[in-house]
Amino acid sequence: MAVRRLAPPEIQPKEFAFTAENIAWAKQQLAKYPDGRQASAVIPLLWRAQEQAGGWLPQKAIEYVAEMLGMARIRVLEVATFYTMFNLEPVGKFHVQLCTTTPCMLRGSDALKAICQRRIGDQHHITADGKFSWLEVECLAACVNAPMAQINYDYYEDLTPESFEKILDELAAGRTPKPGPQIDRQLSEPVGGPTTLKG
Amino acid sequence: MLEDKDRIFKNLYGRHDWGLRSARARGAWDGTRELIEKGRDWLVNEVKASGQRGRGGAGFATGLKWSFMPKQVGDRSHYLVVNADESEPGTCKDREIIRHDPHLLIEGCLFAGAAMAAHTGYIYIRGEFVRERERLQAAIDQAYEARLIGKGNVHGWDFDLYLHHGAGAYICGEETALLESLEGKKGQPRLKPPFPANVGLYGCPTTVNNVETIAQVPDILRRGAAWFASIGRPNNTGTKLFCISGHVNKPCNVEEAMGIPLRELIDKHAGGVRGGWDNLLAVIPGGSSMPLVPAGPDQADTLLMDFDGAREKKSALGTAAVIVMDKTADIVKAMARISYFYKHESCGQCTPCREGMGWMWRVLTRMAEGRAHKREIDTLWEVTTQIEGHTICAFGDGAAWPVQGLIRHFRPEIERRIDEYTAKSPPEPVVQAAE
Repeated sequence: MAVRRLAPPEIQPKEFAFTAENIAWAKQQLAKYPDGRQASAVIPLLWRAQEQAGGWLPQKAIEYVAEMLGMARIRVLEVATFYTMFNLEPVGKFHVQLCTTTPCMLRGSDALKAICQRRIGDQHHITADGKFSWLEVECLAACVNAPMAQINYDYYEDLTPESFEKILDELAAGRTPKPGPQIDRQLSEPVGGPTTLKG
Repeated sequence: MLEDKDRIFKNLYGRHDWGLRSARARGAWDGTRELIEKGRDWLVNEVKASGQRGRGGAGFATGLKWSFMPKQVGDRSHYLVVNADESEPGTCKDREIIRHDPHLLIEGCLFAGAAMAAHTGYIYIRGEFVRERERLQAAIDQAYEARLIGKGNVHGWDFDLYLHHGAGAYICGEETALLESLEGKKGQPRLKPPFPANVGLYGCPTTVNNVETIAQVPDILRRGAAWFASIGRPNNTGTKLFCISGHVNKPCNVEEAMGIPLRELIDKHAGGVRGGWDNLLAVIPGGSSMPLVPAGPDQADTLLMDFDGAREKKSALGTAAVIVMDKTADIVKAMARISYFYKHESCGQCTPCREGMGWMWRVLTRMAEGRAHKREIDTLWEVTTQIEGHTICAFGDGAAWPVQGLIRHFRPEIERRIDEYTAKSPPEPVVQAAE
């Protein structure tokens, strides 16, 4: 549990509406659920709203989704504050979610935390150029490739302080580093080659 | 050691293409129609006979779970829901199935649907798995395109399969919280009974299964229950994906036979414990919710990695996520971090959990520094027993057990730290915070 509140009124946009493309997409989503159960689509729709709003969920977007699904605003607000992937405040262009749960901690995520702190600042803070923000998150299910971080949609795995800094440098320079393991390794295989499935 | 021919997940490491054509070459979607035509009872009985137990953590017999669905379909539809909300710290196996062998999962969904008279299935995938979601959706689209699933498909059992995603809540891995979430609510677990097989998704009969469980089903049916049952030990049959993380030389995922000794698993596949087996401090055999097992002849040295084997060491197999800690690990801090995880992820519905998680984390954080009284160790134990069994779902138990495991096996270490800290500075009064 954590206290999660909406961003202060002064930074809230005055309005929100889905683009035509997103409205069409939302209709497809609604078709997945039986008649009268359109509330099921609330998480996918809020997620799409967050994407459209630039990585965070304004109050007006929450109200818009409530309207679209015929749900009480409070029910959608509950969902938006309960699920931690909804960013209730703006984030940087590259939002770094650093896993620090025990399997990552055992393999050195503390050093990566220090890098985020030094380069980006406190959690939730956005760098002056608007490029970076970061958050300590709980297990992202890539534990045999620990330590790891998710930057926007991609997982960067088997990180070292050096490779992590390099990834941040690349992103800052406008390049896209290759996701996945950052050492010589095929995904979740043991380093040096598989012990099974060699055929 | 398990032979490659007995491995189900032949593309575990993504060395090959995930798509339909390659999946077929690896054996997927072969003879599916004939197997479905054998009927619902045959499907359930075959899975029962295989002895397969759920791979998501609780280890409940899959065939038995399926048999709880109503025999006749009434005016309420039946639903299959697949739990792909993989979030248990240490666990990263379902992700590999979704990325690299998605057709085994989809085919398994069709079999499970036919076995429980469900024409609709939902796969609930965790929100962070964005790329995995794209992959799985692409595979589902392929299956629809080839008319392997959907209405009027070539297998004779109408079955629609939809992918749904969450947004970052560990608790949605709990089956009733998952159903709440899928209905568009906060993921807060439901009281049971009624069980989902009677009142599940939208109030309809529903069965929730883990990804690995479902993805194993096509091979169980194709190769026969006897094949699956011949691997492992009685009551602990089949193969299992193990995730070996932490202080090993080569962390990895691997599919092995149930019941493999822990040491063999680590030495053969993960390159051994860092600094050698004698450098082992403790291992958490089944994901963070399970009590740790310390090094030692009667403990980790002789731990067999299956349901009964882990239970003999007062732990549990859980998701078979092996978190290894060598002697450089700060065991108290490692467990305090696990407590922080539970504090972060508690849904807040039940008081013992909501309040207890933060309390345990704060006490353990002090204990990691030695800034505590020895009598607080007993208080901490007492609190774990007040959480365990006193909450709606098993989250409370899963958070209490690792703390109990720590106290059971590492009490002297906690006491040593307290002594060390006390020698440097006099202890603070315990009640200070309450005043």
